[in-house]
Amino acid sequence: MLRPTGVVRWALWAFAGFVLAFVYVPLIVVGINSFNRDRTFGWPPAGFTTQWWQTALTAPGPREALVTSVYAGLGATVIALVLGTLLSLALTRFDFFGRSVVNLLVVLPIALPGIVTGLALQSAISNVLTPVLGISAGLFTIIVGHATFCIVVIFNNVTARLRRMGTSLELASADLGAGPWTTFRRVTFPLLRSALVAGGLLAFGLSFDEIVVTTFTAGPGTPTLPIWIYNNLFRPTQAPVVNVVAVVLVVLSILPVWLAQRIGGREAGASRL
Amino acid sequence: MSEGQAAAIRLVGLRKEFHGTPPVVAVDDVDLVVGGGEFFSMLGPSGSGKTTVLRMIAGFEAPTAGRVELAGADVTALPPHRRDVNTVFQDYALFPHLSVRDNVEYGLRVKGVDKAQARTRAMAELERVRLADLAERRPAQLSGGQRQRVALARALVNRPQVLLLDEPLGALDLKLREQMQVELKAIQREVGITFLFVTHDQEEALTLSDRIAVFNAGRIEQVGTAREVYESPATGFVAGFVGTSNMLTAAAAQAVVGTDGAFAIRPEKIHLTLPGVSAEPGSVRTRGTIAEVVYAGPVTRYVVDLAAGGRLTALEQNGHRTAADGLVRGAEVDLYWAAQHLISIPTT
Repeated sequence: MLRPTGVVRWALWAFAGFVLAFVYVPLIVVGINSFNRDRTFGWPPAGFTTQWWQTALTAPGPREALVTSVYAGLGATVIALVLGTLLSLALTRFDFFGRSVVNLLVVLPIALPGIVTGLALQSAISNVLTPVLGISAGLFTIIVGHATFCIVVIFNNVTARLRRMGTSLELASADLGAGPWTTFRRVTFPLLRSALVAGGLLAFGLSFDEIVVTTFTAGPGTPTLPIWIYNNLFRPTQAPVVNVVAVVLVVLSILPVWLAQRIGGREAGASRL
Repeated sequence: MSEGQAAAIRLVGLRKEFHGTPPVVAVDDVDLVVGGGEFFSMLGPSGSGKTTVLRMIAGFEAPTAGRVELAGADVTALPPHRRDVNTVFQDYALFPHLSVRDNVEYGLRVKGVDKAQARTRAMAELERVRLADLAERRPAQLSGGQRQRVALARALVNRPQVLLLDEPLGALDLKLREQMQVELKAIQREVGITFLFVTHDQEEALTLSDRIAVFNAGRIEQVGTAREVYESPATGFVAGFVGTSNMLTAAAAQAVVGTDGAFAIRPEKIHLTLPGVSAEPGSVRTRGTIAEVVYAGPVTRYVVDLAAGGRLTALEQNGHRTAADGLVRGAEVDLYWAAQHLISIPTT
């Protein structure tokens, strides 16, 4: 690899450092403030306290929001894994009329502004779901809303893997006497597994910190963690607890993404035949 | 092919068109019969349709028209997993997530052979290709030649009626390829299965095959034994593709042979002498100038520009020749060959 020298090298370091600081210093400040004894976050911190953490852990609001977020993330991820994988198999392994249109329709939700998706879903909920089916905004509608973009993540991961895999392994399996289902169970699925895990973790991470679509699909009684933060941000009494919840949110969102990257990276190395 | 027995493979009017405007005709009404236990090669340049024919026999491509029969049964409509053929793929297509042994066991396991028996048979097949000690490895940990042998064992363990081999030696280096050719031939004799072998390497086809079909532009130009295809090519294409092409046409044919038409002559049939040395009676003789001398170890190749027009390549054994025999670049020489070695090519 080319190694920059002299001034260029120094400038690159400085620039990279500046960008990283810009992104991470605010996060660190939030982390520190969750232990700041001063209720209005005076700087430098007035002293160390775990009081806000205790309050946050015992207060019902954040805990219920956390549970809602976990359920929403798991639900959306499971739906996305099943539908995203099936869609990907259909679109990469079979040729049919309107294939490219379906392909576009599948990936469109990730390009669609969240606010449009949210509005559309809200209108569907209030005009169709609630009056006709009796389903009102709540956990179920959050899951459906999140699934719209989680499917895309799984679909992209699985499609990339299927393309890289090619069809020769599946042909070889059929050639050796395996029917389509046996081939999927013994060859395709095992080779997709790591892509599914990585995609699933990424989807969960996306769902976990989503706020725009959630604003429109969550009912008043079921805030997710990000919604709870947003609702309590400007209430002076809750401000210190918000910091704590934010730290938890950051950790729980980054963890799956980091894991997904690790799995993705290891796979890329191992499958280079 | 033995009498009264159904052909191992029978292709009737097999045709494949691929989408496009106009449609691309990859295989153009091919008829072919391959006998049981034959080592049969489909030889041709890339794009001549030989691999497409193979894929239609395996069931990976559906023919546009025509029929594929295996042992007398029409299998045209059957999916690959219902056909009693196995394929050795060009890229081997070994399952990367399975060990070598699990790869070889795969076909038996999916057909319901119990674990213990499948294992025994897989290990026996790995013994045959001398890879039993690497049974626990993953394909990624093997060399190209070893992967090739695993692919062969994985297909052979199922004892199919027909083994399809799609340029299986293409990715190997020359030494390994020659070694595998010997092994392939020995294995085929041992197991007695019909081998249908696709290759673009004419030497490989000549060395291995009982019979060869020469493909060109989606059609079969000639079917015959190695000797027939090489010594009596049916068309100009076969004469040019199998072996070095030495063609005498138009004015050169008129001048050298005495009649119009197209003639082929193999380089090793041509002898060179200095002018004036008498040749064997009954031979065709013509004069030329050496344009190029290529020394290649056991043989030397001479490219000669004929006085009558055209250019011929002659191949001389180096066994009894020396550097001082006067056959150097620019030298005038006489070329002669026995009349029966001149092959008349039908012009179309």
